[in-house]
Amino acid sequence: MDDARGRERVVVHPAIVRLTHWINAAAIVMMVMSGWQIYDASPLLPFTFPGWAVLGGWLGGGIAWHLAAMWLLVGNGLLYVVYGVASRHFAHAFLPLTPRGVWRDLRRALTFQLPHKAGRYNAVQRLLYVVVLLLGIAAVLSGLGLWKPVQLSWIGAPIGGYPTLRWVHFFAMTGIVGFVAIHLLLVALVPRTLPAMITGRARIPATETGA
Amino acid sequence: MSTEDDKRSPQRRALADAMRPKLERIGRRGLLRGGFSLGALTMLSGCNLADGDTVDRILLAMSRFNDRVQALLFSGHALAPTYAEDRITRPFPYNAFYPIDNAPDLDAADWKLEVSGLVADRTPWTVERLRALPQESQITRLICVEGWSAIGQWGGVPLRTFLERVGADTRARYVGFKCADRYYGSIDMASALQPQTILALDFEKKPLPSGFGYPLRLRIPTKLGFKNPKFITALFVTNDYPGGYWEDQGYNWFSGS
Repeated sequence: MDDARGRERVVVHPAIVRLTHWINAAAIVMMVMSGWQIYDASPLLPFTFPGWAVLGGWLGGGIAWHLAAMWLLVGNGLLYVVYGVASRHFAHAFLPLTPRGVWRDLRRALTFQLPHKAGRYNAVQRLLYVVVLLLGIAAVLSGLGLWKPVQLSWIGAPIGGYPTLRWVHFFAMTGIVGFVAIHLLLVALVPRTLPAMITGRARIPATETGA
Repeated sequence: MSTEDDKRSPQRRALADAMRPKLERIGRRGLLRGGFSLGALTMLSGCNLADGDTVDRILLAMSRFNDRVQALLFSGHALAPTYAEDRITRPFPYNAFYPIDNAPDLDAADWKLEVSGLVADRTPWTVERLRALPQESQITRLICVEGWSAIGQWGGVPLRTFLERVGADTRARYVGFKCADRYYGSIDMASALQPQTILALDFEKKPLPSGFGYPLRLRIPTKLGFKNPKFITALFVTNDYPGGYWEDQGYNWFSGS
């Protein structure tokens, strides 16, 4: 569909991707902040998260939030993954993913020569989205292992059990928070990506179509 | 925060000390608002939303839902991992809702375990009689609700053996405990009958140290540390939800591993 200025509006984010994206955003905020509350009860490293950054008011509240929001995170995540595989959204959006392509686009990005093409991820984006998906799976699996170290002992058994799972869970969280920071920075640099994640549609300059 | 332990660094201990007044404040608030559900309701969300009660109600409903999910996930045949003696954490951390100096100092000669509820034989038990029952020993990991964990060795009477001996109705839903340190708690019957759940008399092959529950505590490696009450003075079998010291303030009741 062409608008008055000779640009095309196309659907770049399917409705299910948009829906699961925003539910996931809310769930991640709840999981991370309540997780930090739980962390503060027995810190792994010599620091704690400040009161304004944690959710739940005390350890019992943090756990209540964490173990309630986990259903939202996992249910929504399953919907996204099943859709991504069944509709071939993952294959279309994340592949091909090659070291050569990532290196090429990373160099372009760092020299500000990487064009943003609505509806098509560059190789660095693809790598980041795949990595954060894997980090999410690691966070959920290690979380299940921490929640049920006896009934689901097979999760932790190969890597040293409960104490190792705590570190895996912590580092998965750190990676996800790092991703969110980069993600938000890039949205700030290319603000027109934000409305596209809400309406699903982006205006693509005629010169870019078919590229 | 669990009834057990702390191998804490001075820094962690300072953190716990800093948290304690907050917890006591919350506890008092819970008592003032009265009762179990209101007490828990007032403090789960930690936010002062205008409709904070709604958030608390949702969180409490989710906690009850998680109780049921955990009961479904629980298998009486799944055993907690056990460890070799050289893996025991020494010194084993102390933890409770009061400093170790305030721990009860019970005299075994005066101590009795009262038994009540859905049982055939309500005769109180002495330490001597408990020691005459079959004994089991285990080296398992105690996992605290705070996140840290430690490996310890406990010995005593399997709770299943004890319940059978007193003619308990093992189709009842709960086994409850009352303690000399004002602590109280309860567990589901399926977990109570799991073979590693023991009424512990010994820690590292000697009678429990005073801060660790002398003369009798529950050791249940399929639940978090706070579900392992110390200084037990009464045990009862019931179908009425008995709650617990921390559970009534908002901790998840099942808290199974």
